[in-house]
Amino acid sequence: MATDKADSLPQRHDPDWGVERRGLAHRVGLSLLHSREASIAIAGIVLVVYFQSTAPAFLSASNVANLAGYSATTAIIAAGEVMVLISGEVDLSVGQVYALAPFVMYYAQRAGVPFVPAIAVGFIPAAIIGIINGLITVVLEIPSFITTLGTLFLINGLTLTISGGFPVAPKPGPVVGNIFGGNAISQSLWAIGVTLVFQLVLVKTRWGMHTIATGGNLIGAKEVGVKTGFIKIGNFVICSVLGGLAGTLDCFRIGSIDPLAGGTEIMFMAIASAVIGGTLLTGGSGTIVGAFLGACVLGILKDGFTLSGVSAYTFDMILGGAILITMLINVHLSRLRAAGGVR
Amino acid sequence: MSEEMLRTEHVSKSFGRVTALKDASIHLAKGEVLGLLGDNGAGKSTLLKILTGFHRPSSGKIYFQGKEIELRSVRHARSLGIEPVYQDLALINELNVYRNMFLQREIMFGGPLHILNDGAMRARAKEQLKQMGVNIPSVDVEISKLSGGQRQGIAVARSVYANAKVLLLDEPLAAMGVKESAMILDVIRRLKEKGDVSIIIVAHNYAQIFDFCDRINLLQNGQITFDQRTRDTSVEELTGLVVNEYRAAREGLHRT
Repeated sequence: MATDKADSLPQRHDPDWGVERRGLAHRVGLSLLHSREASIAIAGIVLVVYFQSTAPAFLSASNVANLAGYSATTAIIAAGEVMVLISGEVDLSVGQVYALAPFVMYYAQRAGVPFVPAIAVGFIPAAIIGIINGLITVVLEIPSFITTLGTLFLINGLTLTISGGFPVAPKPGPVVGNIFGGNAISQSLWAIGVTLVFQLVLVKTRWGMHTIATGGNLIGAKEVGVKTGFIKIGNFVICSVLGGLAGTLDCFRIGSIDPLAGGTEIMFMAIASAVIGGTLLTGGSGTIVGAFLGACVLGILKDGFTLSGVSAYTFDMILGGAILITMLINVHLSRLRAAGGVR
Repeated sequence: MSEEMLRTEHVSKSFGRVTALKDASIHLAKGEVLGLLGDNGAGKSTLLKILTGFHRPSSGKIYFQGKEIELRSVRHARSLGIEPVYQDLALINELNVYRNMFLQREIMFGGPLHILNDGAMRARAKEQLKQMGVNIPSVDVEISKLSGGQRQGIAVARSVYANAKVLLLDEPLAAMGVKESAMILDVIRRLKEKGDVSIIIVAHNYAQIFDFCDRINLLQNGQITFDQRTRDTSVEELTGLVVNEYRAAREGLHRT
């Protein structure tokens, strides 16, 4: 911005016009307000301080590990969900893929496939489900809300059928287990890695740019020649495979996987993380880092309330309130931005 | 103005029982600016969408630089150098100016990840917009922050930058103020002076674009009813034709 300003006088359409004449503090305030990542991170820090003061066990090693594991799983799924949301769709079935992938991995491994390839085998049905979600949505033009609601039940039934409803406990060696989420640190590293990779994909690659274009202006993007259908299908696959990855990591961390694990709860938590982090449900705009921070805040909230003895019912009320307030702020900010007040 | 760029012969298009375009034959020479005029629903958009490769004609032939072609898709038409600038401009509000200008022809670093070279795109976008006389505060702002005229200018510049041989402008002055129209007309004038690009301007308000066209075609009820060089006709003659069309339409209403 700064370099361009030299060769053109401020104009009415210049978003900085007017802002420059205000005080420095005001500008810093505005930029903090603007950066959703910054405001959500501040909210997270405030919550940590609060919970540590009310429950000293909050920052204990075992609790932090617990908290990190939970947040990491949500953040990994949220990264995929953000990609789907930006391209203008939603994936409700990802929580069921979360359970299916480790089951397929378990059976592949039992059939004699070594662990690491078996993990990859688990991702195959995940990818196929992504392709199915995408094809039905794009080719048959059925809203993804309906498509993935259908596959949600379908996958759930499939996992229950192949497992007979019983949980399984894969027994990987210590190396494989520790690399693939067997402890909170490796799981956190996976979440951070996934977040960084997909944030880069979003802001620095053609795929990310076309994803934004597809969700921002579908017809316009098509007219220019963006392969919008391909972009959507691809993002469904990304989301589904990340769902499978999250389930596999959790399976190793917990030591077993239940056919009903994950499900709609983890899916809604992932979408909530995305929304709280600043991703629009209407498409065209979003951030993976924001979703990561959103997942951390939700994890801190959930864990903190549990430690403080607040019931799960109250937690849901707070979560709902948090989503509503975030949406109100988002709407307000976009109005401000439209008026040229905040950049 | 001898080299032929684009020609259609007896092109028709029906959607179910509705015939949107009947037997339309137009031609466009290199560097020529053709005004394609007509009322709403006269078939302008249909003809335009056939030329962009969006619709396939139900019958008729299309020639590009003297060779008969079949436009398979928008992508195909663009690869030939037929560049549409749609009324909705096909700009992405959430992306900044230079990314919009390079949408679908991104400059990237090598490698399978298709990492964008923002620096190169920014520099070239700035240069191109300056050259064409499109005035914007910065190429880093999001499209949503710009005025209608600035957006139109960016859309035109994007097409020209893509080495357009034929530029199809769909209602470039629709819903635009006097000043913004002047900027766009200035952009078109500069293009015309260079003479590399042939332009079809689709409009229903012919008074605005009359002076900028070399030739005028009038579309009425899906048919080309008028084809004259601008210097052989006048706004008054066109008005007379359109008034007659209105009268005929009114009488038609009374009859039924």
